[in-house]
Amino acid sequence: MRTVLALLMLLLAQSPGTAWADSHAELDRRAKDLAAQLRCLVCQNQTIAESNAELARDLRAVVREQLSQGRSDREIIAFMVARYGDFVLYKPPLKATTLLLWFGPALLLAAGAATLFLYLRRRRGRLDERALTEEEQRRARTLLEGASDREAR
Amino acid sequence: MFLVVAAFLAIGLGLNPREVPSPFVGKSVPAFAAPLLKEPQRKFSQEEMLGKVWVLNFWATWCPPCREEHPLLVELARKERVPIVGINYKDDPARAIAWLRDLGDPYVATLTDFEGRMGIDFGVYGMPETFVIDRKGVIRYKRIGVIDRARLDAEILPLLKELQRP
Repeated sequence: MRTVLALLMLLLAQSPGTAWADSHAELDRRAKDLAAQLRCLVCQNQTIAESNAELARDLRAVVREQLSQGRSDREIIAFMVARYGDFVLYKPPLKATTLLLWFGPALLLAAGAATLFLYLRRRRGRLDERALTEEEQRRARTLLEGASDREAR
Repeated sequence: MFLVVAAFLAIGLGLNPREVPSPFVGKSVPAFAAPLLKEPQRKFSQEEMLGKVWVLNFWATWCPPCREEHPLLVELARKERVPIVGINYKDDPARAIAWLRDLGDPYVATLTDFEGRMGIDFGVYGMPETFVIDRKGVIRYKRIGVIDRARLDAEILPLLKELQRP
């Protein structure tokens, strides 16, 4: 059975020039493309192309069926969104409700940069540099000497 | 800053990622014509329910939460006299018939969705799923997952009362 199947596939593979094989390959490519854009609702963090869930399999079949009926990619996506909502799109659409999702990270980055900038500026204000007084110089010297004495020992 | 992050995380944890906003509420019930479980030669369509407030429930014998939910459906049908149409989703008809015989049959009609095509048209992805449909055939409520007592009392019964008002 396996050999027969393999032979059959070989036969099919060897007749690429024909329109049928071309359109078939094209359909295959589009089906895979679409499946990679649609979320498997059962497993949620996989596309229906990756998932082995039964529903994902069914939806892949629906995609294929509709493609072979001549439906456009956009029509098929609309079909899925009408049933499963925007969530079915692995890449969420840019809408009023998804603005935060799209631009939130950039906003956080900007807020972080602003905080860092303000913090650094304030810190510089606090660090006023002045020369050590006589007394401080002397203390520093004794401390340093004490340290090197200890090391020498 | 920490508090802001903590607040967002708290909100996020409170949300259930499985509760995807339904695109169905407010839309007309998808058209269907599916064979009856007990009389497969006869087909049943949503048009037969026009003019009634009704409930549509997807269930299967392979779905343990459906068993948990079943007594509430039986109660809903008997006490509130709400017509419930059952869709037996990707199931073995013999088992489905035995289930209804053993656990009680709350459905005015049980349809077979052997291939799951009706399930796709209703955007079903977590069994059981329940829809409340008004007299004009508009979906007013959708629940993905089990209906429990709290949800029945707090969400479904008040909605049914409101819709059934003449």
